[in-house]
Amino acid sequence: MAMRSPFTWPAGDSWQSPFVGRERSAEEREWLWQEMSRLFANLNSTSGQEPRAGVFPLINVTQDRDHLYIRAELPGITADALSITVTDNTLAIAGQRTLPTEEAKASYHRREREAGAFSRTLSLPPGVAIENVSARYTDGILTIVVPKAETAKPTQIKIQAS
Amino acid sequence: MAAEHTKDLQAGEKRAAVSSAEQTRSGPVFTPAVDIFETATALTVVADLPGVTAQDLTIDLRENLLTLIGDVAPLEGPEEGDIIREYRTGRYVRQFTLAETIDQAQIKAQLSDGVLRLTLPKVEQAKPRQITVQGG
Repeated sequence: MAMRSPFTWPAGDSWQSPFVGRERSAEEREWLWQEMSRLFANLNSTSGQEPRAGVFPLINVTQDRDHLYIRAELPGITADALSITVTDNTLAIAGQRTLPTEEAKASYHRREREAGAFSRTLSLPPGVAIENVSARYTDGILTIVVPKAETAKPTQIKIQAS
Repeated sequence: MAAEHTKDLQAGEKRAAVSSAEQTRSGPVFTPAVDIFETATALTVVADLPGVTAQDLTIDLRENLLTLIGDVAPLEGPEEGDIIREYRTGRYVRQFTLAETIDQAQIKAQLSDGVLRLTLPKVEQAKPRQITVQGG
């Protein structure tokens, strides 16, 4: 069975790597970008798996028109053991998870929950109002709300009839 | 500070639950991390259930089979679109078979900050006692 390239090359008279020995044209760069975006999009959508273990805590980031929302699952942490700092466009989440010590005579059948320190930094996109970042912690979920600056909000463009 | 508290927490994927019974509900199912420990008088189960509220938690004990089911309602508003998704949310399910006889009337469950603490006191007969062997 012949090996086939996983992506289709741009049409040409003969097969030749489009990137050898000459400058990339704007079309080629655009095509390469699209191809890579497509491959990465497929990786994310078809596997159904979370990304490989990164830095604790794992986060989900969503946005609506006015805000960015950063959420992390941090069960059993007190608010004083969490520190959230914003400097320029960097958001840092740091903290310590401690588990209460049980009585000495207790014998364990399972011990899966972990304690320890964590810290993670995130780069915020431009156009956010860092002075108005707020955070709340409910039911073991940390939610950080980052408002978008007025200039970064989408605006409706009216199309004028000619 | 104790040595075990100085290590750094590592990010890990949630464990997808492998259920013996087929699920009649779509969506991901996860196995929560638990600590289970026992003293002479009680069995205690501590489970990490982030995002679960008291009304979405079901604790069921019948014929020594303890079942914990916690549902996580999506926190995202209807207008929110994903940018980064590193963890998934869904239902937490875990079952345990209890060897000890539990005093069902005295079970206490406390859920705070996404951590469930379930105290299952043993019935009097199940508490350890010395058996005297009589000569025949």
